[in-house]
Amino acid sequence: MSNKQTLVVIGNGMVGQNFLVSLMASDIEDNYDVVTFCEEAIPAYDRVHLSEYFAGKSAAELSLVEEGFFENNNITIHLSDKATMIDRENKTVTSEKGKVIAYDKLVLATGSNAFIPPIPGNDRENCIAYRTIDDLDDMKEAAKISKVGAVVGGGLLGLEAAKALQDLDLITHVVQFGPRLMSAQLDDGGAGLLKQKIEELGVSVLVDKNTIKIVDGDECKHKMMFSDGTELETDLILYSAGIRPRDDLAAQSGLKIANRGGVIIDDNCLTSDQDIYAIGECASWNDQTFGLVAPGYAMARTVVNQLAGGDAFFTGADMSTKLKLNGVDVASIGDPHASEPGSLVYTYQNGVEGIYKRLVVSKNNKLLLGAVLVGDASGYPILSQYYLNAIDLPSNPDSLILPARSDASVGLGPDALPASAQVCSCFDVKKGDICSAIEGGCTTLGGLKKETQAGTGCGGCVALLKSVLDCELEKAGFEVNTDICEHFAYTRQDLYNLIMVEEIKTFNELLKKHGSGSGCEICKQTVGNILASYWNEFVLKEEHVGLQDTNDTFLANMQKDGTYSVVPRMTGGEVTPEGLIAIGQIAKKYGLYTKVTGGQRVDMFGARVDQLPLIWQELIDAGFESGHAYGKSLRTVKSCVGSTWCRYGVDDSVGLAVELENRYKGLRSPHKIKFAVSGCTRECAEAQSKDIGIIAVEGGWNLYVCGNGGMKPRHGDLFATNLDKETLIKYIDRVLTFYVQTADRMQRTSVWMENMEGGLDYLQSVIIDDKLNICDKLEDQMQRVVDTYQCEWKTTIADESKVKRFRHFVNSDKHDENIIFVEERGQVRPANIEERELAKAEMA
Amino acid sequence: MSKWVDVCSVDDLQQNSGVCALVDAEQVAIFYMEDKSVYAINNYDPFGKVHVLSRGMIGDIKGEPMVSSPLYKQHFSLKTGICFEDESVNVASYGVRIAGDRVEVNLNGAAQ
Repeated sequence: MSNKQTLVVIGNGMVGQNFLVSLMASDIEDNYDVVTFCEEAIPAYDRVHLSEYFAGKSAAELSLVEEGFFENNNITIHLSDKATMIDRENKTVTSEKGKVIAYDKLVLATGSNAFIPPIPGNDRENCIAYRTIDDLDDMKEAAKISKVGAVVGGGLLGLEAAKALQDLDLITHVVQFGPRLMSAQLDDGGAGLLKQKIEELGVSVLVDKNTIKIVDGDECKHKMMFSDGTELETDLILYSAGIRPRDDLAAQSGLKIANRGGVIIDDNCLTSDQDIYAIGECASWNDQTFGLVAPGYAMARTVVNQLAGGDAFFTGADMSTKLKLNGVDVASIGDPHASEPGSLVYTYQNGVEGIYKRLVVSKNNKLLLGAVLVGDASGYPILSQYYLNAIDLPSNPDSLILPARSDASVGLGPDALPASAQVCSCFDVKKGDICSAIEGGCTTLGGLKKETQAGTGCGGCVALLKSVLDCELEKAGFEVNTDICEHFAYTRQDLYNLIMVEEIKTFNELLKKHGSGSGCEICKQTVGNILASYWNEFVLKEEHVGLQDTNDTFLANMQKDGTYSVVPRMTGGEVTPEGLIAIGQIAKKYGLYTKVTGGQRVDMFGARVDQLPLIWQELIDAGFESGHAYGKSLRTVKSCVGSTWCRYGVDDSVGLAVELENRYKGLRSPHKIKFAVSGCTRECAEAQSKDIGIIAVEGGWNLYVCGNGGMKPRHGDLFATNLDKETLIKYIDRVLTFYVQTADRMQRTSVWMENMEGGLDYLQSVIIDDKLNICDKLEDQMQRVVDTYQCEWKTTIADESKVKRFRHFVNSDKHDENIIFVEERGQVRPANIEERELAKAEMA
Repeated sequence: MSKWVDVCSVDDLQQNSGVCALVDAEQVAIFYMEDKSVYAINNYDPFGKVHVLSRGMIGDIKGEPMVSSPLYKQHFSLKTGICFEDESVNVASYGVRIAGDRVEVNLNGAAQ
């Protein structure tokens, strides 16, 4: 005898199924024998995307039930059998086919019926509700002999139905009783644009049409007669004019029913019977029924939690929606009608591109109460975050709906990211996943990586991951630990200031005075980087060498097979034929793979550590110097060919690029820095995607700052215009030094800007207006770095004790036999593991 | 059987950094700490699957000496060779000592 209780679920629609899935995923899955009734012949399917059935999706593809779900979870499902009676006294459910099941707990998920307007003639042939897959099959049949179709109802589902009719090649009309489409979700402006767009797609939309009867047509099968005297001929009529909760079974069994329909439930989703729950569209909570799945799912979760002895409540639901209707983006958030007294409205209308946006904000202009987006719903994720979390709006809320102009920057920290925003693209980890892991107790970066896998692929998202973590912890009331690591209870900026004020020149001195333990790769690199930025000493000096990551230690970039790549500097992307020949000869001699980089220079791959000094000796002899590709430092100043050659060039972009690259080369910074200079506004050098971008215009140079390509592209902010060269360089000196002094470790200028309080305006006031009175100091610091530049490779090669380190074995001249290359497209590449094993076997 | 093999001079080591030695066909990463203690573990990075650990940065995690892989930054204990991020992964650790001005490695010896 099983001591399990029996749980019966009546209805296997979207919500009923969601309840079963939640129950099976919970800890109480074994407490119940579960029986469910489904009146349709197939179990739950996706009713929201019904119209896709006509766009070619099969019933199987619409199914919401994983193969084997019922069998694997020991759920008994009675298909094509509908529950017809509940005996609450004896606690049994009786079905149409005569099954009688005794229950301990009962869940009603009977859903709703399409509302058929009570019009004479509404039951004529080929007048069909749009609700179930059976309905769709009827529609398909009817469409075969029809030319014209009409949908009664211009709500969400009605417009979906119209698309279905179009997919069936019918001339399509939408007949709306009220004055506008999607009346619950849209205001007049949004609905007007939507109507226009839908009409452009070939669907005729009739509003304010009250159908009084349906009679025989002259041209078509039916004629719809409207109260205003007009009429519409059609062969097929689809009803999608709203839903009515299916509460008849509940009513028969004596459960309390709301006046407007629906089984009354409390916050626990319990009906008037303590053993019977109701969820989804059949339920009425606070005199409201919900025709969307999300609230139904929330109710399902509430009941699972209640059954498990939890205290979750259903507290209403966010009715925000975003969808693509016949290719038109539509979104609605909160209350778009500004029905709260005193609420204020912002609208943006773009007739050219067909965009309408409306914000409803609270009386004090602080909170978002509702929004409508038609034609461009890209702002939905951020707006819904503002709405759902009651985040304070920016001081000019309209900046959220106005199109982004290059001269405006709206800072969006990690908090503004929606839960659905992808943080880690390697493992597709969304912000929501990260937040749940944090809620689940992961409060360290390491723990978070382990739990979610985020940041464990390419690692490019780690900084963002950390800022999401900090932000979430702060919100949860934790004191966020901004210590750089366990050895220093300081931020990077603190350490910079300590080094500057106390004139500290080595890591050990700093550790002794302000740290603990012996350090780690985080603090060592950070401090090594600050020391290099500030004092600009040779990074391989005895006391600094242990602070460098392998790339800096060996002045080259380690690749996946343990070999290095070598990048000589080519200022502004300029290289002489002799230079190219030398590089070609060297690469050939050492068997290196060569590739042109995005920064307009040549990268040579596959150098063993012992080959690096030999290669560099030859490069230096040929007139090259270090390209600092290994450092957190200035990489390249990319340029277009400019006025020297180009027919359109306004100024000499290459000349300026060469000058700037020579000025800032070797500058160590919190992260790498990229520049570009374009000779005209055609912008061939893509300067606006760089940390520092410069574009020649008739009046001088325009300066852009804090742009980025890469993982999270950002257009640079236009910082100052029509500058002469002297002023331009002065501003760049100041911006870069300020960045070096104040940014976090591994923070690119783009993120530095995003996180800067006051944003662009503030930076301009510091750099241009000298608000902090520090510009002289910033310039002096930069001049010191410029004056102390050295080519690190030249210095290294001149010192035998440094060259000594460049060998694989300290006690042998052999090199690592595991480094093996194979040929591909005429060059070498690292052997993969199988190829390596094969090669070693052959050697043995 | 413990067998100490002479590897190099103390001068060949780099303080706060590592070097790699070839000992009986094994690649041994030797680390010379700030306090002049020495540690030896295998040079093979089990995550990157190449021999590079001697080129990682060293330091400590909660007092335990460690090296961080130069490729994907996992941390390995210099005492035990166990990976901090995944305890099921470890690299061999070896005996190493400074005798006068010479550095000696014992492949069968435990780390001290």
